Amino acid sequence: MGESNGKRPMTAKTNKGRIVIDSSLCKGCYLCISVCPNECIAVSDETNEKGYHPARFKNTKGDTDHACTGCALCAIMCPDIAIEVYRG
Amino acid sequence: MEELVFTRPRYLKKTPFHYCPGCGHSIIHRLVAEVIEELGIGDKTIGVPPAGCAVLAYDYFDVDMGEAPHGRGPAVATGIKRILPDRIVFSYQGDGDIAAIGTAETIHAANRGENITVIFVNNSCYGMTGGQMAPTTLLGQNSTTTPGGRDARRDGAPIDLSEILALTQGSVYIERTAVSSLKNIIKTKKAITKAFKAQMAGKGFSLVEILSPCPTNWKMSTIDACRRIDETVVQTFPLKVIKDETE
Repeated sequence: MGESNGKRPMTAKTNKGRIVIDSSLCKGCYLCISVCPNECIAVSDETNEKGYHPARFKNTKGDTDHACTGCALCAIMCPDIAIEVYRG
Repeated sequence: MEELVFTRPRYLKKTPFHYCPGCGHSIIHRLVAEVIEELGIGDKTIGVPPAGCAVLAYDYFDVDMGEAPHGRGPAVATGIKRILPDRIVFSYQGDGDIAAIGTAETIHAANRGENITVIFVNNSCYGMTGGQMAPTTLLGQNSTTTPGGRDARRDGAPIDLSEILALTQGSVYIERTAVSSLKNIIKTKKAITKAFKAQMAGKGFSLVEILSPCPTNWKMSTIDACRRIDETVVQTFPLKVIKDETE
């Protein structure tokens, strides 16, 4: 999990999006990581109060290979509505 | 100017879900709440939660809810809808609830053509009680009551309740979808929207069966559980529109 899964970025490589993960809601299912086309999400080293290692948004500023486009696929997949997506 | 493009829907409270990591219930709750918000029916929707994993759905939905005894969702929904015909009434049920304990209520509500919507969550086991065999458990599937796999001669074959309900006169819209992938989640939302619209138009009984992953009782990772739906479960329960008489 969290490593390269061989998928190529499907969306335009511009940093126009940002997500906010509420780590207190995250249960570590990592479905968001499995659907992110640009590998912008990783597993946190810290644990949350539930004892899970929550998903963490990587700082993608300047990293055009892993740029968040605000496509919201992670949020659509997230069972616990832990992700808010901003675009623009 | 930065714009918020995805957040918690209006009709879900800010209560953290009690569901296991990767559980499909959480996704389906969100889809139902999004559809209620998009159709603008939040102040006149009444939900009927089941017994099962989703028994606490009334803690999550910010619409009126009335708990039903085990399996009696369609009967309770029938009563609510007949007393308050201007409300949008949906029952939310698991596979054990609707296909075992509540079979009679479900079939007769569909046959009478009650103008209600049923959200039928099929995870092919009894989740809350620890993964026992449900009527929908696949042949060969291990469960705590079918160690070594479900055997058709000993345990019967999985029941396809949605196909049975499609044979009744009163049902107008029945579709089977899944929440195992992004594509399926989007299709599921469309199906739920169509089911609610059928009720709003007074057409009759509508039901959406949603194949849902249960990583805990399937003893799989969340991603493998989604893959199991796409590769294995759909062979027994194919994703399709089973009946559509809404036009």
